[in-house]
Amino acid sequence: MATITVREALRDAMAEEMRRDDSVFLMGEEVAEYEGAYKVSQGLLAEFGPKRVVDTPITEAGFAGVGVGAGFMGLRPIVEFMTFNFAMQAIDQIINSAAKTRYMSGGTVGCPIVFRGPNGAASRVAAQHSQDYSSWYAHVPGLIVVAPHTAADAKGLLKSAIRSPNPVMFLENEILYGRSFDVPDDDYVIPLGVANTVRPGEDVTVVSFSRGIEYSLEAAEQLASDDISAEVIDLRTLRPLDIDAIVESVSRTNRLVTVEEGWPTAGIGSEVAAQVMDRAFDSLDAPVKRVSGADVPMPYAANLEKLTLPRVETIVEAVKAVCYR
Amino acid sequence: MANTKSKPKLATAPAEATASAEELHKYYREMLLVRRFEEKAGQMYGMGLIGGFCHLYIGQEAVVIGVEQAINNEDPVITSYRCHAHAIARGVDPRKVFAELTGRGAGISKGKGGSMHMFSPEHGFWGGHGIVGAQVPLGTGIAFALKYRESDRACMTYFGDGAANQGQVHEAYNMAALWKLPVVYIIENNQYAMGTAVKRASAEIDFFKHGEGFGIPGIQCDGMDVLATRDAAREAVSFVRAGNGPILIEMKTYRYRGHSMSDPAKYRTKEEVQEVRRSQDPIEQVKGRLIDGGHADEAALKDVDREVRAAINEAAEFAQNAPEPDVAELFTDILADAEDA
Repeated sequence: MATITVREALRDAMAEEMRRDDSVFLMGEEVAEYEGAYKVSQGLLAEFGPKRVVDTPITEAGFAGVGVGAGFMGLRPIVEFMTFNFAMQAIDQIINSAAKTRYMSGGTVGCPIVFRGPNGAASRVAAQHSQDYSSWYAHVPGLIVVAPHTAADAKGLLKSAIRSPNPVMFLENEILYGRSFDVPDDDYVIPLGVANTVRPGEDVTVVSFSRGIEYSLEAAEQLASDDISAEVIDLRTLRPLDIDAIVESVSRTNRLVTVEEGWPTAGIGSEVAAQVMDRAFDSLDAPVKRVSGADVPMPYAANLEKLTLPRVETIVEAVKAVCYR
Repeated sequence: MANTKSKPKLATAPAEATASAEELHKYYREMLLVRRFEEKAGQMYGMGLIGGFCHLYIGQEAVVIGVEQAINNEDPVITSYRCHAHAIARGVDPRKVFAELTGRGAGISKGKGGSMHMFSPEHGFWGGHGIVGAQVPLGTGIAFALKYRESDRACMTYFGDGAANQGQVHEAYNMAALWKLPVVYIIENNQYAMGTAVKRASAEIDFFKHGEGFGIPGIQCDGMDVLATRDAAREAVSFVRAGNGPILIEMKTYRYRGHSMSDPAKYRTKEEVQEVRRSQDPIEQVKGRLIDGGHADEAALKDVDREVRAAINEAAEFAQNAPEPDVAELFTDILADAEDA
């Protein structure tokens, strides 16, 4: 077991998969000589050379399409977006070309590609650089959507994503890049589509992902001092959603709170709530509560930005509300 | 002849472009197959046997048939939604193309793609893409994969004069030139982007010059003459195979029908269409060469037409009688199982 940052874990995952399979390559803005705008690809150019670590021009629609075309041919591109905010320039290629082609071609043309980069709120960069796209991509059949929290998950899930024959949206988080976690030393993968219970509990289920897990775990700690035992589930993969794990937990706790940084309307929490109503209505002792980002474009001012993001105290309040406390 | 320097130049097929009797017969039959296919598709659309959008290739046959003479199935081809001809020219069974149009399980995409989404990797055919211009970065990515694998093949990336103005097309030009990718960009300039004449949409209507700023050479050719399109494609392919990076061919062509079946084409006169058909029709041109060269007479060519029509009718019949996809197909082909990797 070693303690490394999420940033290093992601780099290690790519390096290991590139050593294992020479059809894997990385392309994106500043990934090679600059070693990543957020230094995620540190050392990769030196090890793998410019053929496999490719700096692109600032041309998101274009290089996303180039990646998809290379994927059609059986290469395994990792396409880095400097942030997912810029992937809106490329969303047509992601959805219309990467996600839909297998279906439209009757299964004859697939696309094993990973689109990765930081997603969600960054710090003090305002509306156009601070947005959570989780529910946008989770909406789309033909995509797999991953949003890890820990370094160990980031590494194991990215390795699975690279080996997947399908297009995978790998949503990282800028704030988490610098966080350190224990990571197993051996070569391991974590299967896509499987949630993880990161804190067992009895009174309420809190479902979240990515940085939302940080807030949720802190809230759970505070709630413990109020004698409320919260179970925290890290979804890890948003599509396909591991609804079985949530239903199993809710069948024991009978209460559910969802936590995400994204906007509330048609969010991941909305989907979890709808599916739980469908699958476990009789288990619920209270209506599901959603904690989300505020329904506004991200403001710049520090005080307003803080109010926009989910806060520990909001989660604590939501949990107390569903527990009628 | 292709200018290998950065400055594009106007090149047309040489006046002495020639073809053997055997070649002319081949081009005649192949172009006729595409035309009779599309005519039949138009009829079937009118009868309600084909749904949705249906973009016919009638008038443009010399482009795809000419280019095919310069390549083989190891050279990938990708195009837009006007893709029936490209699929057939690649060697896809017309029955499977018709069955896709009628939405049947025997279709090339199992009935899930329709007119605009046909693919056949075994024939080196990569679609069939419905978003104007999106196939151009995709084709550039296919070329990226060819280079990555050190293949000597070239990717034929087709698009129209309308797509030529899309931002992502110019993004693709830039990357292809920067990385010297083996891609031939083939602009089928049929004069109208849906209902908008090129001069109303493009500041530079000589599309072969669009690569100039990226140092991509361009060739302009008569897209109604299959010998010209063939020779331009051969020149372009040998340029690309020599490791020079991308090249652009503008093929000046014309579609006789509307943009799609729902387009009455009121943006141009009937006389304009009639004049092109009378003086430039690609099939009539080859027919003229066959007869004038003493390689065939009218009766022999009529026999060819009869054979082609019979094959098309048989294929269309097949597509009308084939069953619809099994309802279980609704939820298949969305994701590959991991073990298919």
